Order: sequence, then C-alpha cells, then structure tokens
Amino acid sequence: MQVLDKYNLPDLKGHFGKYGGKYVPETLITPLKELEEIYFQLSKEKNFLDELENLNKEYTGRPTPLTFAEGLTKYFGGAKIYLKREDLCHTGAHKINNALGQILLAKKLGKTRIIAETGAGQHGVATATVCAKFGLKCFIYMGEVDIERQSLNVFRMKLLGAEVIPVSSGSKTLKDATNEAIRDWVTNVKDTHYIIGSVVGPHPYPMIVREFQSIIGKETKVQIQNAEGRLPNYIVACVGGGSNAIGIFYPFINSNVKLIGVEAAGYGINTNKHCATLTLGREGIFQGMKSYLLQTDEGQVSEVHSISAGLDYPGVGPEHSYFKDEVIADYFSVTDDEAISATELLSKTEGIIPALESAHAIAFLDYLMPKTKNGEIVIVNISGRGDKDLNTIKDKLGY
Amino acid sequence: MINIANYISNKNSKGEKVLSVFLTSGFPDKNNFVELALKILDAGADMLEIGFPFSDPLADGPIIQHSSQIALENGINIQKTFNFIEDIRKHTDKPLIMMGYANPVLSFGTKRFAETAKNTGVNGVIIPDIPIEEYENFFNEEFSNLDTILLVTPTTSNDRIKLIDEKSSGFVYCVSVSGTTGLKHQNKFTSVEFIKRTYSVIKKNKTLVGFGISNEEDAKTFAPFCDGIIVGSAVISSLMNDDKGNSKTLKLIKKLKGTII
Ligand SMILES: Cc1ncc(COP(=O)(O)O)c(C=O)c1O
Repeated sequence: MQVLDKYNLPDLKGHFGKYGGKYVPETLITPLKELEEIYFQLSKEKNFLDELENLNKEYTGRPTPLTFAEGLTKYFGGAKIYLKREDLCHTGAHKINNALGQILLAKKLGKTRIIAETGAGQHGVATATVCAKFGLKCFIYMGEVDIERQSLNVFRMKLLGAEVIPVSSGSKTLKDATNEAIRDWVTNVKDTHYIIGSVVGPHPYPMIVREFQSIIGKETKVQIQNAEGRLPNYIVACVGGGSNAIGIFYPFINSNVKLIGVEAAGYGINTNKHCATLTLGREGIFQGMKSYLLQTDEGQVSEVHSISAGLDYPGVGPEHSYFKDEVIADYFSVTDDEAISATELLSKTEGIIPALESAHAIAFLDYLMPKTKNGEIVIVNISGRGDKDLNTIKDKLGY
Repeated sequence: MINIANYISNKNSKGEKVLSVFLTSGFPDKNNFVELALKILDAGADMLEIGFPFSDPLADGPIIQHSSQIALENGINIQKTFNFIEDIRKHTDKPLIMMGYANPVLSFGTKRFAETAKNTGVNGVIIPDIPIEEYENFFNEEFSNLDTILLVTPTTSNDRIKLIDEKSSGFVYCVSVSGTTGLKHQNKFTSVEFIKRTYSVIKKNKTLVGFGISNEEDAKTFAPFCDGIIVGSAVISSLMNDDKGNSKTLKLIKKLKGTII
C-alpha cells in the first residue's frame, strides 16, 4: 500500500486521476456549480461548521462508539477486532451524516424541495428525517424491487412525511431510482436540491459526501488512539456507492493502515448475478461520473444483483476507482450467503444485528483474520443496523 | 461531403428554416429502418439525428426511453447504426447526425467511433452527457473530422453560451425547456424569451431549437427566433401508433416543414 505525502483530489474539475468529472446534461451544470460554490463558502464558515457539529452531536448522537468486539475476537483468534458503530446513529445508518450536511447546503441555496434516491431505504429515511426536521418537501425515488424488500423503511419515510415514488424502469433497483431522481432534478432544477446518497454522481457530490462522511474516520482515529495508543492495521468497510467506506478510510489514507473495501458478490463472481464493480467492472461513464462500471461489451449497463439493496448498484464512487488503480485501498467481494452467515455470526457473538450491507464487511473477516497476528488491530465499519432486513434474513435462515 | 453549417445557411438564405428529425436507430422496426428514414427525408425533413440506444438514457423522457428499450431488444448497437447510416447515405446528401450517450461510444472506442463515423458518411455527433467541462477528455483529435454539436439550456448563462458557441460545430442545439425530452412547455413565453436571448448571444454557429416541439403551433412559435427546429419525441410517439406505411408520421413531418418554410 502507498503512503501518500499529500493527497488533494479531486482537482478543480472534480477529477480523481482520470475518474470523476461532470458527465451530465448541460441543464445540470449550473446547479452543480452553485452547489460547489456554496459548499466551498460554507465549509470555511464557523457558523455552518458549528451548526453541523451540534446537529451531529445532539440529533444524530455522535460520536458513535468504537466497540471492542470481544466475542468476535475470541471466535477468530488473532488480531483484536473493533467495530465502528454507525448502526447507532439516529435513523440507524451512516446515511444521516450526509443528509444533515446536505440539507444545510440546500437551505442556504434557498431550495424548497428535496429529492433523493434510495436502495436500502436508509438514505431515503435519513433524507425524509432531515426534511421533516427542517420543514422541506421531500420526494424519494425507490425501485419497485427495493420497495418490496425494504418495506419497513418505505413506511418510515411515509410516516416522516415524504412521498415515496416507485420506479418501474430497468431493474427496478437503486440505479433506476437514481436515473429518475436525476430526471426530476433536470426538470425541477429551480427549486429543487438533489441529496445524493453516496460518493457517486457528478462533481462536486463525491467530494461533498466524502467530507460529510469522513467524520466516521476522524472519530475512529481519536477513539483507537485512546483505546490502544496507536492506529489499526486494517480497516474494513462494505462498498455500494462507497460512502461509508470513504468516510472511514479518508482520514487514514496518509498512514500505514491497510484499507479494505468489500463489494457484493451476489450469487458469486463467476455468475452474472453480482455487483462486484471494482473487482469485475471496467471504465465507464454513468450517472454523471467516469468510474468503474459493470457493463456489457457494448457499453450497456449490466443487470446486477445483491441480496443487500444498498449494494445492488452497477457503479461505484470515482474515488474508489482511483484508490483501486493506485492501490490506496484493496477491494474484495463476498457472496449473499456469506453475508447472511456473517449477520448470524455478529448477532450471536456480539449481540449486534448488522445491516446486510455491513454484514459484507464482517463476512470478509473469514478471509482476513487467518492472515492477522496477535497484537494486530482490525476495525470494521458497521454502517447500519439490520432491522430493515429482518424479513430477508428470516426468509434465508428459515427460523 | 456536405457541411452542416453551410447546408443550414443555404436553406436559411432561401427563407427556409430547417427541420431536423430525431429517430431512434432501428425503431420501430429494424428491417424497415433505412426505408423509413428515407421516407422521412422525402416528406420534408432536412436532416436526421439518429439515436443509438443506451440502457440508462438520463436526459430522456418516457417516450424515447421506450424506443431505446425496444431498439436494445431488437439488438441495435452502434455498429448496426453505422450500417443503417451507410445505407441511408447512398440515397441522400442531407446531413446525418448520430446522437447518443457517452458510455456506448467509450466502449466502442472513441477513436474507432470517430473514424467509422467519417467513413460511413456521418456529419456530426451529439453526446448530451459530454458538457464543455469534459469535451477535451472525450472528443479526441479524430473528432476534428466530425461536427461536435453542443447544447445550451435555459440554465446556461450568457457567458457560458459564448463558450459553448466557441466549441460547438455544425450548429448549437438549443434545448428550449429544462427537463427531459418529450416534456411539454409549461410556459411558452419564458421559452421564447430564453430562445431570443440565446439567439442573440450565439455568433459563430447556427441555432436549432429542440425539446418540447410537438406540433405545428410549437413550430410556428419558435421558428422565427432560430435557424431551425428539431422534433424527436413527437415523431417517436407518432411512429408507435402508426400504420404500416407510417402515413400519420409522414403527414406530421410534411405539416411541420410546411409551417416553417
Ligand atoms: C447500512 C448501509 N450500509 C452501506 C450502504 C451502501 O452505501 P455506501 O457504499 O455509500 O456506504 C447502504 C446503502 O444504502 C446502507 O444502507
């Protein structure tokens, strides 16, 4: 792994090496510029930073704990395992970190209408939550397949006052919800802010979402210093679009910590039913960014699959593509079945039921732990809690 | 080979505005597509924009999403679109433009795309998800043999329109409403104001207005403030419900051209 002296990407045009950028229809260039300007302005203003910090603390419940996983450590034998507990954030996942930051930007921009896409429903719930709190109209695009498998979250969004708009095009999952959200934005750009849920899409989104999510890594750095007096050897996080992973990785990229992203292998990477974008994809232009993409030989976006709605996406954030090429982080994948087993394992050894997305990170411990030594430290990001997935898990485990 | 800008100029100097018609490649029927394209040119279309399909057409509304989906199901891709254009080119000198999203082009190879386009008689390309920010990253040298037509929209500032005019060739595509293709104008007055503003800023290129033009009345409203109009969703929608000879669609083309002569 590289140790970087100075990392200052993206560049002014939003590029991470050859990735990223602004591959959008002309209509969106102006609102993206406005967003970038307001972000640069506010990120230097003490009032804004204080307000966000206060919300993170008093509303979300930050800092989230870094829990020593005694049971899990015993189970594997070897390195000590710590869990970063984003599952304990208000609304149950890291998505609220970004939603809170962006709603403040939206208010500053004078927007009155908020739209978002959601897969697992966690970003939809987080967005509906901040809209309720700040009194903005909220519309959430969600694929019909995801509406079915994350029905509890659909109800939560409705209860929070959001309108959930079912998307029936394409694979009826996260990518299609994102397409519809972008189309909505192109049409209603005057009064609408689009709160993208991950480090994906056109510049400046990958940069802004990284900034709001990197609180995860900043806290982790302090917490592990306090607990162990040193940095960890490994940090493991699941990668859908890549926001929880970037969030925990980013403050560590200049240090000697091995960063590991875990993608969803679905039924297996030898089948065509997976979403292991960084593992099996190649360079493409999709939803406003240049990044790795799962696609056919002719450049049509592939139909992908994961049991976890939040990872069921053929693209990935452009910064991860850069990290992969530059070996700043390493990327692997685990299957649906491995994620289900990991869910059971974490529940029974730690009393923590993880989201199916986060369970992918836990599942990778099966591969990682045998290579670790006593005295080493592994941190796993538990990006969310599993309540939303109970129906799926119940069906799979059959008890 | 014909030059798009000169072609539009010639028409304009005869007091005519041009009518550009968008067709989805291989839609509705790949076996009769070349014939359909030629009939549409005969009915009065001055040029054609032929859209090669993409699985995730971000800038398109439901009608063109649907036609792209059908095209994909019919096995249409960039190579087949080149084959169609090669055949169409044998029978016409009018400008032929290829339109589609960046990713299939990237996959085909941008260099190979530009070379093949030139050899098959394509005059220009429109790639709506390549704004000027990514222009140099995408359109490499080989594209210098093709017109790269760029778009302006109601959210584009005058300063930016100037930059786009600088980079664009063939014409500037003026998107008359903020939104996806096929959208109706909510307020024609603001659209006309925007088009007037654009037309006064654009100096180098001809200006064609598209998006939201579906009938003679729309054509009449916008034509005085530009050099030509582009019709897409209305034609695709008409083709969906037409008879075998496409008589309804051909009539629509005739009427549209009739109003802007
Ligand atoms: C709990 C949880 N973890 C992870 C993800 C994946 O997103 P990302 O890769 O942006 O963290 C999601 C997305 O919905 C999620 O809900």
